[in-house]
Amino acid sequence: MMMIVGSGSAAGLAALSEADDLDEPASAASSSTFVNIGERTNVTGSAQFKKLIMAGDYAAAVEVARQQVENGAQIIDINMDEGLLDSEEAMVTFLKLIAAEPDIARVPFMIDSSKWSVIEAGLKCVSGKPIVNSISMKEGEEEFLRHARLVRDYGAAVVIMAFDTVGQADTKERKVEICERAYNLLVTDGFPPEDIIFDPNIFAVATGIEEHRRYALDFIEACREIRARCPYAHISGGLSNLSFSFRGNEPVRRAMHSVFLYHAIPAGLDMAIVNAGQLDVYDAIDPELREACEDVILDRRDDATERLVALAERYRGTDPVREKAEAEWRGWPVAKRLEHALVKGIDAHVVEDAEEARQSAERPIHVIEGPLMDGMNVVGDLFGSGKMFLPQVVKSARVMKKAVAHLIPFIEAEKEKLGATAGKGRIVMATVKGDVHDIGKNIVGVVLQCNGFEVIDLGVMVPWQDILKAANENGAHMIGLSGLITPSLDEMVTVAAEMQREGLTLPLLIGGATTSKVHTALRIDPAYEGPVIHVLDASRAVGVASSLVSDTQREPLVETTVSDYQKIRDARANKGQNELASIEEARANAFVFDPAGVASVPKQPGLHRFDDWSLENLRECIDWTPFFRAWELAGNFPAILDDEVVGESARNLYADAQAMLDRLIAEKWLTARGVAGLWRCRREGDDVMVLASNEETRLPFLRQQVKKREGRANMCLTDFIAPAEDWMGGFAVALHGLDEHIARFKADHDDYSDILLKALADRLAEAFAERLHQHVRTTLWAYAPDEALSNEDLIRERYHGIRPAPGYPACPDHNLKPLLFEMLGGTEEEGPAGIQLTSSLAMLPTSAVSGFYFGHRDTEYFGVARIGRDQLEDYAPRRGVSVEEAERWLRPNLD
Amino acid sequence: MSNIASQLRAEAAKRILIKDGAYGTQIQAHKLAEVDYRGGLELSRDQKGNNDLLNLTRPEIVGGIADRFAGAGAEILATNSFNANRISQADYGAEHLVRDINVAAARIIADTARRFEAKDGRRRYVAGALGPTNKTLSLSPNVNDPGFREIDFDFLSEVYVEQIEALVEGGAEIVLIETVFDTLNAKAAIHATKAVEQRIGRELPIMLSMTITDLSGRNLSGHCIEAFWASVRHARPLSIGLNCSFGAAQLRAHIAALSNVADTLIMAYPNAGLPNDLGEYDEGPQTTSSQVRDWAEQGIVNIVGGCCGTTPKHIRAIAEQVRDFPPRQLPSDRCRRTRLAGIAPMVLAA
Repeated sequence: MMMIVGSGSAAGLAALSEADDLDEPASAASSSTFVNIGERTNVTGSAQFKKLIMAGDYAAAVEVARQQVENGAQIIDINMDEGLLDSEEAMVTFLKLIAAEPDIARVPFMIDSSKWSVIEAGLKCVSGKPIVNSISMKEGEEEFLRHARLVRDYGAAVVIMAFDTVGQADTKERKVEICERAYNLLVTDGFPPEDIIFDPNIFAVATGIEEHRRYALDFIEACREIRARCPYAHISGGLSNLSFSFRGNEPVRRAMHSVFLYHAIPAGLDMAIVNAGQLDVYDAIDPELREACEDVILDRRDDATERLVALAERYRGTDPVREKAEAEWRGWPVAKRLEHALVKGIDAHVVEDAEEARQSAERPIHVIEGPLMDGMNVVGDLFGSGKMFLPQVVKSARVMKKAVAHLIPFIEAEKEKLGATAGKGRIVMATVKGDVHDIGKNIVGVVLQCNGFEVIDLGVMVPWQDILKAANENGAHMIGLSGLITPSLDEMVTVAAEMQREGLTLPLLIGGATTSKVHTALRIDPAYEGPVIHVLDASRAVGVASSLVSDTQREPLVETTVSDYQKIRDARANKGQNELASIEEARANAFVFDPAGVASVPKQPGLHRFDDWSLENLRECIDWTPFFRAWELAGNFPAILDDEVVGESARNLYADAQAMLDRLIAEKWLTARGVAGLWRCRREGDDVMVLASNEETRLPFLRQQVKKREGRANMCLTDFIAPAEDWMGGFAVALHGLDEHIARFKADHDDYSDILLKALADRLAEAFAERLHQHVRTTLWAYAPDEALSNEDLIRERYHGIRPAPGYPACPDHNLKPLLFEMLGGTEEEGPAGIQLTSSLAMLPTSAVSGFYFGHRDTEYFGVARIGRDQLEDYAPRRGVSVEEAERWLRPNLD
Repeated sequence: MSNIASQLRAEAAKRILIKDGAYGTQIQAHKLAEVDYRGGLELSRDQKGNNDLLNLTRPEIVGGIADRFAGAGAEILATNSFNANRISQADYGAEHLVRDINVAAARIIADTARRFEAKDGRRRYVAGALGPTNKTLSLSPNVNDPGFREIDFDFLSEVYVEQIEALVEGGAEIVLIETVFDTLNAKAAIHATKAVEQRIGRELPIMLSMTITDLSGRNLSGHCIEAFWASVRHARPLSIGLNCSFGAAQLRAHIAALSNVADTLIMAYPNAGLPNDLGEYDEGPQTTSSQVRDWAEQGIVNIVGGCCGTTPKHIRAIAEQVRDFPPRQLPSDRCRRTRLAGIAPMVLAA
């Protein structure tokens, strides 16, 4: 039994339908019998995409589109219908941006809006032939024809909803009647019939309501009739509605969707916004369930709904596919079992299997060189071709490490050198001095090991001297540097410069969340004559590292990179960067403070310490989306669990995360410590003067200087503070106690649990920041005592007030952190919430969050972005440092 | 379909029709000085190279070229108006003359057409030529700001409306949208043609011709010929095809691909090879015409002619070479498929 996943889905579905005889002459065009339409670039359907668009983060939004296409969407649906958005502007902006990306723009776009003006604006930006989604006779035939003519004039196909002035078509007769009427109107008017796509409305069945019983059957029968009466036209639909009654019961939903398609595709349904990951092959569905679904969909029995509901209970929370598969593989030959364990990441039997393989092998090393490496090669290939995802790879690595750990004593007893470590090449990796973040670096390390590289991991906060020493002593083939916080960027330049001084020539790889190709090209590459390559993520690391140790691929890679980076530098040099206002002009265009929006005086001013916040309470408000991102699984939670491509991977990871949370809470692995302070303050220019423990601290904030369009202010956090007297706050939270567990996992060769725990601790720290902020708003400051928000609303930050962190866009200078920590009662020996700062002002423990509270009604997050030298020179004395010192910390904002 | 379109279709069903050659290289041969271009007009900028302006200032030169092409056997005669639009003329400070230039350009060709019809009784067609302008709707001129565009669809569409109205006023019967390097620009031209049709109350047949800008067979907006066809098929053009590009040899495969899918006439008019180091086209009539002959032999063209570097001699040679071949047969209704396109074409199963 197999699930249909990824880009194979179209073929899989096509196999469900009758073979379609294509007499299209030889042509480069893709030709499809069932088309799946990507649904993620839709603000009404994807919270993640909506958040990106609302925040104006179009670069990330473009990536969402790219992933859909990479994951097999044959058309992408784009929808910007959101009340708070200028939908026309957003549609146009997005379409123009994706037009510039050939790997996205190769597929047709579906311009989706309920507003005609948005559709028309979109049509004017698309160079290919798109689909309009949708028009209908809802407002009468005249308006319908007017829109259809325009669609034709702009050169698009069109989705027509079965909807007229009476309402949405529900019965077969209404569906057929409306579609046929629309068809005749259009074709008589000269509209090409092949450019018509009907959406005859898929509604929910098995709802318990008598009138809904025939909905699926009516749809299927209507399809057949519509295709017969309307030659050349197509039929599309949104599938997820169908199984709405069984939300939360994925096995049943999947079965219903598959059964429905099994009948609807031959009847004429030929495209849909489908989550193919939710489909099973019809023949492989448990016959009892299949029959029950069929009874409902084809309305074959009066008690069909009751029977399916009763049967569904058996499937809730189960996955029959997996259970059956599990029993089987243990009966296979041992080499096959090892490969299966590696590919599936199952470590339960690996030691016994490795032992069994050793006993039958001539020499223990042969087990590694044979079945284990074979298995890892399969993993490497699957990962390289996008059929396997990071969490699975890390699990596979765990299996490998355990097997190898078991075999090493036997190999050493044989006085053999371990073949596996000779490998493809040796890489020294480190998180640079001042930085403590290593999730990403560990992931890259694991992936490289899986692909035959020897990784010498120097850990975190590694000074350049140690990196160079390790590279020299081990004869490394390359060095990999990682960092998360902005000061690490400068530290990487230092490492590069020292490598140059030492006369090294080996390649330098750069990675980590704040690093970028542009920064690498502009700052790091010029510091070192050897190859410098920015590696976007773990999935690219293997390709880059393999090329660098290859005789034939090294030069081409190095040369393209050199020319790429030169192009970036040239472009940068000639770039019409956004024009900057002078700091005086920027201040004159400050955000206008509205006295009416001031938050009330705090109920409980001063410091509040929390030495052991309930982990259970934090668990409830974890924002899972970034957790999946840390594992390079793109998508919004919870939709990602059903994602057609990464869904299975995401579900397994989520289950593992839940299991670990259960344990870490029950066994109290971690302690959540936090502190919040609320202080009187006043404004002085762009500084806020804060009165904390009888001492006035000057907090200098930076102001946006990029010239704004009319009506937009040049923001500065100080603008949210009343000139004469006001209140603000600060906080720091951290999760303590990770180290002993990490050490335990390391000893157990278990990178997977290591990374999982770190990623969860990060999420818990973020959840803690969210919870503490809520406590401040409702109880301590209490300017919003009645606030009642769901977790979803909390995560989406639907409340008044912000908590910007030093080192992040609104407040880019990390140096405000020591000031904040002092205000929060930190001392040399013990920082607030037990947090210490490194030389680069990273926080230790790593799962920690700190920031300021602003309570004004009008507060919002913004990015300071680029500032001018005039502000830098004005800012340095305010912070009490030299201009050079300030420049060193603010360099990312000065480029 | 309008009278002109059905006449042309009927004629094209019998034989391969001949389009004229290019004006640019013919005008170059006259080695004109700036004053020749400027004539008596008060214009602040240097006019040398403003070939479109010659319709006003040296109509006898333009008419002479048209006569030589007609004499060589061309039946579809394009106006000398490739750059006679507000955007391109702005470079010469001559935007205010756009209407006059186009009216004159169409009158010159209409006059040639009339005289040659009277002489030999063969119908000549006046095709008002629209170039792509030097601005693009699909691409950003700024690599750091991929969402930026210099112009928008509505503006370009208005620019074309102005030109088309003037061409029609001067006697153009067909709108020839040629050298399409940006498919969206072509869609704006189609949109404009439809708007003019509405205003004048009669149909204006459209001929569309894409140009290939890289050897993989794409234009600048990234479309291969099949994606281009999908994107402009709504114009229901009288003909679709290719011009300019890399010379006849490289065009063959793309014309063949188009011929398989397009349920309308195919028109192709190649350059006389590629320009040499001096910017001159030195491929002789024999070479160009024998390549065009291959297309005719394979039955993949309905209308042929010449683009950059082709002379009346080329056109005569082409006309002779293709005379004995039957025209391409239009594919049957099997082409009636839903054709969508991003950059790549996508065909839905019937």
